[in-house]
Amino acid sequence: MTWFAAVVHGILLGGFYALLASGLALLFGVMRIINLAHGSLALVGAYMSFLLVEHTGMSTYLTLLPVLPGALIVGYLLQRTMLERSLRAGQLVPLLTTFGLLIVIANLLQKFFSPDVHSLDEGAIGTAAWQATSSLAIPWFDVLTLGIAVAVLGGLHLVLRHTQLGRELRATASDADTAELLGVNSRAVYARAAAIAVATAALAGVFYGMRTGFDPNQGGAELLYAFEAVVIGGLGSLWGTLGGGIVLGVSQEIGAQINPEYFALGGHVVFLAVLVGRSMAQASRIRYALRRLA
Amino acid sequence: MSALLNVERLDVRHGLLQAVREVSFDVAEGETLALVGANGAGKSTLLRAIAGAHRPTAGRIGFAGEDITRKPAHRRARAGIALVPEGRRLFPELTVEENLRVASASRRPGPWDLDAVLEVFPLLQPLRRKRAASLSGGEQQATAIARALMTNPRLLLLDEVSLGLAPVVVEGVYRSLATLIEAGTTILLVEQDLARAMGAADRVLCMLEGRVVLEGLRGQLTREQVTEAYFGLRRQEATA
Repeated sequence: MTWFAAVVHGILLGGFYALLASGLALLFGVMRIINLAHGSLALVGAYMSFLLVEHTGMSTYLTLLPVLPGALIVGYLLQRTMLERSLRAGQLVPLLTTFGLLIVIANLLQKFFSPDVHSLDEGAIGTAAWQATSSLAIPWFDVLTLGIAVAVLGGLHLVLRHTQLGRELRATASDADTAELLGVNSRAVYARAAAIAVATAALAGVFYGMRTGFDPNQGGAELLYAFEAVVIGGLGSLWGTLGGGIVLGVSQEIGAQINPEYFALGGHVVFLAVLVGRSMAQASRIRYALRRLA
Repeated sequence: MSALLNVERLDVRHGLLQAVREVSFDVAEGETLALVGANGAGKSTLLRAIAGAHRPTAGRIGFAGEDITRKPAHRRARAGIALVPEGRRLFPELTVEENLRVASASRRPGPWDLDAVLEVFPLLQPLRRKRAASLSGGEQQATAIARALMTNPRLLLLDEVSLGLAPVVVEGVYRSLATLIEAGTTILLVEQDLARAMGAADRVLCMLEGRVVLEGLRGQLTREQVTEAYFGLRRQEATA
């Protein structure tokens, strides 16, 4: 594979990371709730889709019609029953409860579906590719994934910027007490944000299941890439998350181009470089401000 | 005149500190009541308890004939109580217009919408697309009052609207308050500046250490009486 092909594949892979990260961008980036079970909830979406395909023989894409509304309900209930109570005890407590949820989900999936690898049928598009040059084939499925990531993040962006729900979400995230004083039902707003986040997780999970095989213990590993995409893109920015996913995907593919073992390493190195660069920039801003005060 | 707000023997605590002790008073529809008192007298806590931001430990709050003591803050806002909190508390990352439009969450019909508040606060018109964090203190205060009005309140609670503002800006804020008072809005305001409070309000309530120690119509109270109550001078004389 040439360097050019590596970059193109990295961009497409980044689209998948961005799709997986879109719910996190909302819940973690905007609402500042850390949900470590995000990847596990994505897996649950994949398994639910698998069950439907097994029992009805319907196309994987059609299973989204029942799976996504189901995920909305799960997200809403998750916020009202677990996350809301945890948040009341402090910002770090959701870290513990959702870590517990991650383990519970992995074990339940293992009990009901066995530790075997499952996969979802991606239809005819799964094997189709556009032969752009002699050395570069672009799989249509990856293009579709990137397109859906752009649509989901763009949709979330429009909701946040231009709807009353979006304004209430951002106001609640910034100062829930004051939002309440203006008539915002902050508990309902948080629950709606969680519902949307879990639905996007399930959507990403179904696409993950069509990309590769999945087993009950993959929730944590995939989550790591999603968190990296959100952090590289900058908290609170949904387009940033798309960019973050693409930067991560390209770094991984370039890492793999140098040496196939450096796939994950390439992404982590860029992630660390972004973190270090950002804190150095912040430190120099603080030094500058202090000098002006002195 | 029937009472719009009715507070009965209200106790509010901050942990071990009892900030409000057995406070009772009424506010009539269309009235402007000023709450004065030294720092720590419990004025802000009382306002926050009425708005629902702070749960009282005892007593009752009635609003428009309904017991709202246990209602969450957002349902009180929807019933028509709006608080302009101390320190403005704008959403810094949101633009001025977004700050104002968040208040549409109250879903109360009424005369106040975006155009109407911008007419009363014309200085906000050119700032609509600016982030609230970038505003000056006076602009922020105007946004905070305009935002509370956007909920179409029947009762407007104002907590220290002149705090930290230049005198000329305070003048502007009170001029726009006069517009609201003329329009018949019921207002309960907390104010450190006695002259301001006694100038704007129909009635004055003076608090000291969590209790109401003096109450009277504007014309019936002298500045000296209020000042004595404000600092608790008379009580000290009695115990001396």
